[in-house]
Amino acid sequence: MNLHLLILIPLLTAVTIALWGRGQRAALIATAGAVVQLGLSVLLYLTFTAYRQHHAGEAFVFEYRHVWYGPLQIAYHLGVDGISVAMVMLTAIVVLAGVLMSWEVSYMPREFHTLLTLLGAGAYGVFLSLDAFTLFFFLELAVLPKYLLIGIWGSGKKEYCARKLVLMLMLGSALVLVGLLGMYFGGPRSFSIPDIASSRLAPEVQQWVFPLLFTGFGIFTALFPFHTWVPDGHSAAPTAGSMFLAGISMKLGGYGCLRTATHLMPDAAQQYAPTIIVLGCIAILYGSLATLMQKDIKYLNAYSSISHCGFVVLGIGLLTQTALHGAVLQMVSHGLMTALFFAVIGIVYERTHTRQLREMGGLMQAMPFAVTALFLAGLCSLGLPGLSGFVAEATVFVGGWQQPDLLSRTAVVIACSSIVVTAVYILRAIGQVAMGPLRGLVSPHPVSWAERLAVLLLLGGIFLMGLWPEWLVQLIQGSGPAGALPDGLTAAPVEAF
Amino acid sequence: MAATGYALLIVLMPLAGFVVLGLAGRHHLKRSAGWLATALMSVSAAAALLLAWHYFFVQNALGRSLEPAEVFRFRWLSFSPSLYVDMGMHLDGLSVMMLVLVSTVSLLVHLYSVEYLRSEERYTSYFAFLQLFTFSMLGLVVSVNLFQIYFFWELVGVSSYLLIGFHYERPSAVSAAKKAFVVTRFADFGFLIGILIVGFSSTSFDLNTLFQTNCHVDAAREELFLGMSAITWGTLLMFMGGAGKSAMFPLHIWLPDAMEGPTPVSALIHAATMVVAGVFLVARLFPLYEVAWLTADVVTVIGLTSSLLAAIIACTQTDIKRVLAYSTMSQIGLMLFGLGLAAQGASREAGYVGSQFHLFTHGFFKALLFLAAGVVIHRVHSNEVSDMGGLRRTLPLTHLVFLIACLAISGIPPLSGFFSKETILLAAASHPFWYGLALLVSALTAFYMFRLYFLTFWNKPALPKSEPELPTASERLAYGFPLVVLAVATAVNGFIPFGLFVAPDGRPYPVHASAAAWLPPVGAALCGIAVAAWGYARASERPQELARRFGAFYSVAYRKFYIDELYAYITRRIIFGKVGRSAAWTDRQVVDGAVNQAGWLIQQWSLLMKCWQSGRLQGYAFWFFVGAGLLAVVLLLYSPN
Repeated sequence: MNLHLLILIPLLTAVTIALWGRGQRAALIATAGAVVQLGLSVLLYLTFTAYRQHHAGEAFVFEYRHVWYGPLQIAYHLGVDGISVAMVMLTAIVVLAGVLMSWEVSYMPREFHTLLTLLGAGAYGVFLSLDAFTLFFFLELAVLPKYLLIGIWGSGKKEYCARKLVLMLMLGSALVLVGLLGMYFGGPRSFSIPDIASSRLAPEVQQWVFPLLFTGFGIFTALFPFHTWVPDGHSAAPTAGSMFLAGISMKLGGYGCLRTATHLMPDAAQQYAPTIIVLGCIAILYGSLATLMQKDIKYLNAYSSISHCGFVVLGIGLLTQTALHGAVLQMVSHGLMTALFFAVIGIVYERTHTRQLREMGGLMQAMPFAVTALFLAGLCSLGLPGLSGFVAEATVFVGGWQQPDLLSRTAVVIACSSIVVTAVYILRAIGQVAMGPLRGLVSPHPVSWAERLAVLLLLGGIFLMGLWPEWLVQLIQGSGPAGALPDGLTAAPVEAF
Repeated sequence: MAATGYALLIVLMPLAGFVVLGLAGRHHLKRSAGWLATALMSVSAAAALLLAWHYFFVQNALGRSLEPAEVFRFRWLSFSPSLYVDMGMHLDGLSVMMLVLVSTVSLLVHLYSVEYLRSEERYTSYFAFLQLFTFSMLGLVVSVNLFQIYFFWELVGVSSYLLIGFHYERPSAVSAAKKAFVVTRFADFGFLIGILIVGFSSTSFDLNTLFQTNCHVDAAREELFLGMSAITWGTLLMFMGGAGKSAMFPLHIWLPDAMEGPTPVSALIHAATMVVAGVFLVARLFPLYEVAWLTADVVTVIGLTSSLLAAIIACTQTDIKRVLAYSTMSQIGLMLFGLGLAAQGASREAGYVGSQFHLFTHGFFKALLFLAAGVVIHRVHSNEVSDMGGLRRTLPLTHLVFLIACLAISGIPPLSGFFSKETILLAAASHPFWYGLALLVSALTAFYMFRLYFLTFWNKPALPKSEPELPTASERLAYGFPLVVLAVATAVNGFIPFGLFVAPDGRPYPVHASAAAWLPPVGAALCGIAVAAWGYARASERPQELARRFGAFYSVAYRKFYIDELYAYITRRIIFGKVGRSAAWTDRQVVDGAVNQAGWLIQQWSLLMKCWQSGRLQGYAFWFFVGAGLLAVVLLLYSPN
């Protein structure tokens, strides 16, 4: 499988839109490009599983390496394992859904779609790169367009929010860069992830590089206390922007933590595990409690994202194979779910012109399709079995319980308690938006086909993962740092307390 | 092979119904949704009966030990090589009994609903939800894995939420649905932790492995945490989930409010099937509850406390459905009481068989009571007993079946309730104190049921609010048929030799009770009925006098012991008002405040630095010379020679 295509196609799409995408044509080209990407990602899944049946031992497959800066041995190095394939599929789905949701964008559509497609290209690059520096390059590519997307097409305090979001993410990138340099000079003078992994960094190096990389990437995945860009950024962004931000960008952080920090520095990962676990728990519980009080539906979902991404951090910190699978599953699940949430919020906002919960009511009668989707997204968020959220959370719980020490188990109990709080705020929001007497409807135009398709696509993903998760678990089995970790019952206890 | 076919048919029919009706939405299948769902359910119910016949008489010979069978299983999710979640269908006496109960009551409720909800706008959705519920409940009872139980457990919860909130235009229905879901979710939090503990201490989530390898269970007793073994913690926490779903004290507050749902829903979900899930759970995991000391005591005490508490509250309520709801809670409490006694070991067989028998008979007569109450409510357009009275002339059939059900729940022979309750009491016979309390519950049950009966069908006829319309022919059929079938079942189910079908370990246990053991419960019930007749058969001042006699206790019971207010205080004032608000405040003011402060500091710093780059050449030149001068001085002073 030729991995370049997954980066080339979005780049080409972006160029095509920039050159020829006048008016409505921009959306058409972007959609065509997104469809091709989705097709490619499915193809990648098929070829990957077929290939791995015969070559079980290889860590990364479909590798391609080309050194583009000799003195520092920086290479354009691509390759995938199960986790990357899962993330690529997530990206493809969210990109297509986001583009479909943006058909109605009428203000400078050409620029909008160009930037959106560029964002996608950056995300693919991050998920496919095996060279830490190239990964960093693509990470930046996935950040910068957001400034314009929010600043130009956003709503509310958009300039403030755009600045805040980009500055905070830039802080994360800066930390990542310093960490990468530390890894380069403290280790085998290479940015190649497989090389660094095989040459095992010295513990002293790991000890100070790990926090840099983990915090840097953690900012992307709303690590407490660097999460405050999430509510502001999400709420100010245009619909597709929020979908990309929550569905893809926040995953770049979790993926980066897994791929670089935990994967390359196992000793430091052990050492910092208690801190990470505590931070994950704070994000989960504190995020969900803060969600209880939100009055704006976009803020509500953004805060719930902080809570849900806490599961990713927790899953990484728990350091068992199962918990790590749980973290990856949670990334996929949360990506689909919040993208769906923001898509539906966008649809509802178009028709109510408000995002305040108390100004809406009884919308189930007026727009059953959108509100049913909102309800399903909510159920997914509160971890209803049969939808993807449950699979991910249960896997994190089981994985966490595999660590026999008190800290991990307490963490699981705390994380578990969030399912109650989640149920409260989700049902409260659903009750206010969907039920009761009809209120707040301003322009009852029907939901367009593009919007319907976007919602159905995301719902399909959620159901596919929720009803039959085994294929996804098989896909990510043994990938990344998971292969090096204990598989559960024989886990060595982490030094805690 | 035949068993597999039947079993799949039972479960897949309602699933197909849910998918078809759910996708059809509100616009299609408007007229035929009810009949389609009913047809699918009748296939499912017929398959359940065939399966029961096949399992009890073909696969096993009745009277011998029943062998559990597994008809179907697939890997749903693997956590690690040894920990996985399988979905499948496990057949034994318990699950087959539950399949029969759920599918038949569901079928009758479907049939009843076809007419009862005809004028509803969201008729199709209603049946879709009903099918979803039935599917989930059926999936729950055949579980092969702890996580499968949890999976369907939650689905049952969400379908209950959807059906309680079916009339979502009414704010009361919305808040009742929310309350039901959140309270049971809180219980499920314990359930989930319990699953983790039990699963890990027995190294498997699989029920078969859990039971067959008792050595694991034994090993699990060794691990101690806060003085209790892992298995005790696990079973206790799982029981928390069961208590939530079964509306046991102190997690019962959602059940009376759940009566906001349409009456057939109350009959199916909040009386006959879903609320007994907690009893089912304990029965399903009986081998674990037997080895966990303390848990068995907790189950017994919680069961009896809830039973008594609910019976007392039921005596004071005036909403017909709420009285029935509290009576459900009381009866479920009795079942758990029996099961707890069985788990304690002294009266293992009698307690187990009695509780499951009561679960079975209660399912039919309580569904009957609710469906009959539905007819009454339809007639008088009110839930309040003060709007009823003297209805025995206008609703003769309903009156008759309601009477049968009341007699059954009170435990009057030869109706089914008598036999099942008798078996539970038999198990309690060796503990005089508990036996006494159980008798008190029995007497109270008879009292409040007949109070309800007399107030509804005798007493002084209330002035009708509106002109009562005569039932149409189709209404007669759609209401009459389920009522008659349920009434017949209520009357004859007691003669089933239940211990031969459902017993611990599948070993048959024929119940024998002497005539002397019959007397106290029947006597207590008759006393209760007599008091009810004395107070309520005719309009009189006696009830008020009785209430006055009890004084403060009456008003406390009428206010449901202020438990709702306590919960409201904790959730509104503490969780929302204090914890949630302070978390949100901290996030905006402290954490985000720090971010903004950092930005502000940098801005101030750059403002400060800005003046150095004014662009004025004189300034630059001035500082150039100052710097050069300073440098020269430093060099001169510190020059090496």
